[in-house]
Amino acid sequence: MITKRIIPCLDVKNGRVVKGVNFRGLNDVSSPVELGKIYSDSGADELVFYDITASSEGRRLFTDILTEVARTIFIPLTVGGGINTLDDFDRVLKCGADKVSVNSGAIRDPNLILEAAKRYGDQCVVLSADVKRVDGVFRVFAKGGRENTGMEAIAWIKKGVELGAGEVVLNSIDTDGVKRGFDLEMLEAVCNAVSVPVIASGGAGGIQDFVTLFKTLPRVDAGLAASIFHFGEVTIPALKAALKENDIPVREV
Amino acid sequence: MIAIVDYGVGNLFSLKSSLAAVGAEAVVTGDADTLRKADRILLPGVGAFGDAAEKLRATGLDTVVIEQARLGKPLMGICLGMQLLFDKSLEYGEHAGLGLIPGEVRPIAEVIPAGLKIPHIGWNALRFTEKKSPLFRLIREGDCVYFVHSFYAAKCEADVIANAEYGALLTAAVQRDNVCGCQFHPEKSGRVGLNILRAFCESVP
Repeated sequence: MITKRIIPCLDVKNGRVVKGVNFRGLNDVSSPVELGKIYSDSGADELVFYDITASSEGRRLFTDILTEVARTIFIPLTVGGGINTLDDFDRVLKCGADKVSVNSGAIRDPNLILEAAKRYGDQCVVLSADVKRVDGVFRVFAKGGRENTGMEAIAWIKKGVELGAGEVVLNSIDTDGVKRGFDLEMLEAVCNAVSVPVIASGGAGGIQDFVTLFKTLPRVDAGLAASIFHFGEVTIPALKAALKENDIPVREV
Repeated sequence: MIAIVDYGVGNLFSLKSSLAAVGAEAVVTGDADTLRKADRILLPGVGAFGDAAEKLRATGLDTVVIEQARLGKPLMGICLGMQLLFDKSLEYGEHAGLGLIPGEVRPIAEVIPAGLKIPHIGWNALRFTEKKSPLFRLIREGDCVYFVHSFYAAKCEADVIANAEYGALLTAAVQRDNVCGCQFHPEKSGRVGLNILRAFCESVP
């Protein structure tokens, strides 16, 4: 049986992890390499690195860091942030990324998904969607959730999968940061619409939220979170033990 | 020295890094003489079988790999590289493989129940068969490894050393004398994967 994946997400700016990292006993709490290694050693099934840099200097640092991460960590690595062209795919794949996640770049040019899937395979292209309810309708937001595109989310995600996206990360803006659980209603709508793996993001506040996620929606393949892992509120071994106790298949390390 | 066959398919960065992590000296090469001089050969691969088989043939390295395997040199195929070891594949038409292990590559969809997602992607447990392999001497039954594939090796029961359960038993690893293969990605399978690579690197030629 395929196991449910637990995926920590690291935001990287100018070569450092930003946004709430609070690990005790770690000399350099903002080193993506050190943090990645800690997560990998403690049983993370995959790592996501988001490049939130705007400058080209920062971008160069990001690829250097990515190379270093890929040299030391041997689990799947997904890279997102600033992916607008096939050259961007090429740049991060050469540094050892396994999958590339597209968001605003694909909204601007949906053909990016098609072209990337043709060149690197569907399994390499992850469609990341930031979705928020507006007057009761799921809408896709671009630019880190700041701009309402007006597109209906389920139709957009279906289109992305038809174009060749091999996985979908659904980030609910409505539950993100609230820490009261994943957006089960939104996730169910996406699971009903596509047959590729769906990764839940936004809203995890504790272990029970992951148990509820996988119990309620067995078709969800993975849970992604950032701050609860970074702040040590949830450790991956404790999370996996709880999932196992609830008969949810997980990989043990 | 371990030669990673470079025939223009896929990204070999992680594979090379993982071999470095187990202390093996590896070179990525498309040179026939380097393959002949190597102690062991790794045949990687991603993408479609037909394209990959054609590229391998176009470089002429197919005959070198076959020749070296027949001479008894340890050879490991990874993912599509494992599938290439078989007689043929039915992925988008019918394509000939290297014919080093009897069997054929067929769509997963033929054997798994409808409703299960394809590709088979993620971490799944290895179920060893009765055929014991030194490849697994550093890992345990039930250890998880990382898979990404839509086709699987069939009609090769005699050489299967591990399966993965995904609605059906799918071939996860094979071994026939000095030739072995993993459907999963050892270079992306954490400590377990590194231990499989380590076992391969330390195997007696």
